[in-house]
Amino acid sequence: MTPSRKAFVAILAKDLRSELRTLQSLPAMALFAVTTFVIFRFGLDRTSLSGDLAAGVLWATLLFAAILGINRLFVAEREEGGFDAIRLAPIDRTALFAAKASALLVYLLVLELIVVPVFALFFLDSAAGLAPLAAVLVLADLGLAATGTLISSMAVHSRARDLLGPLVLLPLSVPLTIAAAGASEPLLALGGPGYDGFGGWLAVLALYDLIFLLVGYAVFDFLLED
Amino acid sequence: MYGTGLRPLSIATVVLIAAALSLTFFYAPLDADQGFVQKIFYLHVPLAIVALLGFVAGGAFAIAHLRSGDRKWDAYSYVAIHMSVIFGVAVLVTGGIWAKASWGHWWVWDEPTLVSFLIVFLMYATYYPFRYAIEDRDRQARYASVFAITAGAFVPLNFMAVRMAESLVHPRTFATAEGGLPGEMMFTFLVSLAAMALLWVTLVKLELTAKSASGQLKRLRRALDAPAPGGSSRVAPEVS
Amino acid sequence: MDLLPIGAPALPLDEAGKYVAGAYVVFLVLLLVYVAIMAVKLQRIERELRELATFAEARANAEEAAPQEEVSAP
Repeated sequence: MTPSRKAFVAILAKDLRSELRTLQSLPAMALFAVTTFVIFRFGLDRTSLSGDLAAGVLWATLLFAAILGINRLFVAEREEGGFDAIRLAPIDRTALFAAKASALLVYLLVLELIVVPVFALFFLDSAAGLAPLAAVLVLADLGLAATGTLISSMAVHSRARDLLGPLVLLPLSVPLTIAAAGASEPLLALGGPGYDGFGGWLAVLALYDLIFLLVGYAVFDFLLED
Repeated sequence: MYGTGLRPLSIATVVLIAAALSLTFFYAPLDADQGFVQKIFYLHVPLAIVALLGFVAGGAFAIAHLRSGDRKWDAYSYVAIHMSVIFGVAVLVTGGIWAKASWGHWWVWDEPTLVSFLIVFLMYATYYPFRYAIEDRDRQARYASVFAITAGAFVPLNFMAVRMAESLVHPRTFATAEGGLPGEMMFTFLVSLAAMALLWVTLVKLELTAKSASGQLKRLRRALDAPAPGGSSRVAPEVS
Repeated sequence: MDLLPIGAPALPLDEAGKYVAGAYVVFLVLLLVYVAIMAVKLQRIERELRELATFAEARANAEEAAPQEEVSAP
């Protein structure tokens, strides 16, 4: 294994281990999401959702939970001095980006593993749309992992770190949400999953992921120069 | 020296704006469907295109800043984004006026270009709180450049996503600039576009000159060992 | 220009004129506000330059006076 790949694996392992150890934000974020579903139930005055409403409630909730959770992860890391330790190590900074983004991806996937079944339980009439939905979830998570890592790594060094990460991430996530909701809407339709425009939306998601992974890869070095 | 060329540039801008306005009201034919209201098109669309190009320029300057480490690129990036945000305000307000005149509502979600622009505007509006929340000067400049690059990459993606969302739900109710403009309208549009582009460049140069002058003042003050002025300590990027 | 006539019919000229004028007024006002802000900046620069010039002159005069004092004091 090349040194940078070793570093990548080491950092990834460390991140996952620390998240498993603390388990702080994951249950909190899952709880946040589930409570948000209850709020939507009363806010929209509906007990079952399908099509565009279902997609909207699901993605709005996932997005907010993810953004809050991402912020928490990085703030906790900073408080523990993790950033400084890594900066001193003579490793490829892009391995750091890859490791953090991967840890974030795993975090988001686990979060969804908990939250989406609860959503289906609360609001959906049939779970038929959930299997193809998984593809949408994975692609969207990749995008959130890339942008989340990029933005939060900067936001934690600012004065208003709890506000700044979500503030910048939210508009940045709009194209992602458009595509994810666009793909999910026919999947969650009343009559059973439909696939209008599915390929097109997945392509947009993949493009989003590609672009921001590339941007993160290209600029991460400059984030850690100190 | 940032001020060199500012005079010919401003004169050229004035001439072009005068030409664009004259063409708009005395030369371009009246639109068959929209009537006189269509004249707003010659103001709103060039402003939008120039603002978007300005955001992309901000990203390009940011790349130059990261690669060279020369702070002047950071100042260029900041001013480019700042000016485009101001132009963006004009785009959104004129867009609203056009929407009200065309459809009776001050805002519409049917016009994908306007909606995309709103989202881009909201993205760049976060540039200021983001930038000013980072206290260390050097870090602030670097992170601002990363933001500018990320946001620059975001702009085309956003347009694509919004366009796809609108086309699946509503057909475009109203075509803007692309394709099919009769010759006189196209010419007027191009002159207006050039006028707005030149205006943007002139104002950016003006802003940079002002910043440079302030920077020289600071330098002079330091060299003379003079006491600091009574004003507030400025956080905005400096040019020296 | 290929317009699908879905949407409100064209406004009569006098009403339309107000909207068009409104849009151009917004543009003009924004431009003038910017000019005003630049004017304030310029004013501040002028004031500081004046202060510095005064300061530099005062210091130059003081330096001129000081060597003479050293010579005259025994």
